[in-house]
Amino acid sequence: MDAELIAMQLFSGVALGAILVMVALGLSIIFGMLGVVNFAHGALFMVGAYAGLYVATLTGSFWWGLLVAPLAVGAFGMLIERVLIRPLYGRSIDDPLLLTFGLGYVLVETVRILFGNEGMPFPTPPELAGVADLGIGYFPIYRLFVVGVVAVILLLLWLGLEKTRFGLIVRAGARDPQIMRVLGVDVARVWLMVFGLGVGLTALGGVLAAPMRSVDPEMGTLVLAEAFVVTVIGGMGSLVGAIVAGLLIGIAISMTALFAPEMATIVMFALMALVLLIRPQGLFGKPGRA
Amino acid sequence: MAMLEIDGLNAWYGASHVLHGLSLAVEPGEIVALVGRNGAGKTTTIRSVMGLMPKATGSVRFAGTELLPLPAHARFRLGLAYVPEERRIVPGLSVRENLQLGLLAADRGIDERAAIDDIARTFPRLKERLDQQGVTLSGGEQQMLAIARAMIARPRMILLDEPSEGIMPVLVEEMGALFRRLRDEGVTLLLVEQNVEWALRLADRAVIIDQGEIVHSSSAAALLADKAIQERYCAV
Repeated sequence: MDAELIAMQLFSGVALGAILVMVALGLSIIFGMLGVVNFAHGALFMVGAYAGLYVATLTGSFWWGLLVAPLAVGAFGMLIERVLIRPLYGRSIDDPLLLTFGLGYVLVETVRILFGNEGMPFPTPPELAGVADLGIGYFPIYRLFVVGVVAVILLLLWLGLEKTRFGLIVRAGARDPQIMRVLGVDVARVWLMVFGLGVGLTALGGVLAAPMRSVDPEMGTLVLAEAFVVTVIGGMGSLVGAIVAGLLIGIAISMTALFAPEMATIVMFALMALVLLIRPQGLFGKPGRA
Repeated sequence: MAMLEIDGLNAWYGASHVLHGLSLAVEPGEIVALVGRNGAGKTTTIRSVMGLMPKATGSVRFAGTELLPLPAHARFRLGLAYVPEERRIVPGLSVRENLQLGLLAADRGIDERAAIDDIARTFPRLKERLDQQGVTLSGGEQQMLAIARAMIARPRMILLDEPSEGIMPVLVEEMGALFRRLRDEGVTLLLVEQNVEWALRLADRAVIIDQGEIVHSSSAAALLADKAIQERYCAV
């Protein structure tokens, strides 16, 4: 077991974690602002991957898929919020949860009907194939690219939240939607955008993940479980928490796979149990929010 | 035309019927004090005007526009601002950002920096703390911030729910002077207060609410002099 192998595996975990961050961020933003536990989030991750594959095949370019799929699926997310979820605001938290749970199945079955049961390969774009020698080891270029894209998205999100008018509305609306209403802000419109943003992020995660694995109708199931673990560890509704915990879980899974492969899937649940015991609100969560 | 005209207002919290056909008019440029015991329906009246009650019927007109069918955010945009009792300074935001919230719905034409400079001149205590977290301010300063946030977009009318509550007397006097100045500039104020004496000294007219209905309406000076009615409806 040499340092080079450990470094490569560590990096592999970072790439895996970066995908998780995209999924968990969307989940966390939607929960934090709308109070909706979006159980369709994994299915939308999968839809993002299929949409990316579809557009990439149609245009012959991965780049179009990467650009168009998150936007299209994000717009689809806005439609879901407007038509299905909005009537449920003000009701118990179970109602949107059950609705999105069912919606997830509908999406998976629809994709099965349209594209079949079998997994489909999503080729790595030729520009990003191969490995790069970074001095401490050889790293797949595509994974470097994934980490880079996620870093750019996080930077844009941060700038958007901290430096723009819309960001101010989102930050304040997450804390106190009622005061926003009496200050003249149409909170319903903000929630529509936030839901679209969250869904767009998970769809982007799906497209980015696709070349590192195959695309199949069930690909969102495990990702959803992982993203829930990430939001619980990071703290429900905390964006910084989703980022830190996403990377942590990615690295934990990856390193366990190296040293004790049979433990790789349960390590995240063990970590979650540990965090829940020591700090029930999550690493960056605020106590008292259900 | 009255600035605010409430006619036959009924409001409910779930099954509990709180306002029973309440009627009340506020003329442009006056300060009206709305007083009464705890639970009489003062806050509910204000919340109904702002569109925050789950169910309200009757008629509420603001500068001639019927409010009840409008969502809360549209009411603010007509020039109707609200300072809630709990002040609702948003956690995680600086004093400056809390002020910016008051400008979100204003005309894009309004110069944000000038508006904040302007408000900082009115509230020197806030000026020194613009970049501090809003929730770290003292209670009185938070109240000033809540008022500043409500008036920064220059509303025509401000509804204030117990602004003097839990605030040092010297700040309460400062606040009274500010309200008088706002009135002199033509802003209409509806003031819900437990501090009856202070409210009556400040206001032009006074209205007493009891069990969801208006039971007395007169000049503030007349009510201030009438200890019997005060005793009957406002004694704690």
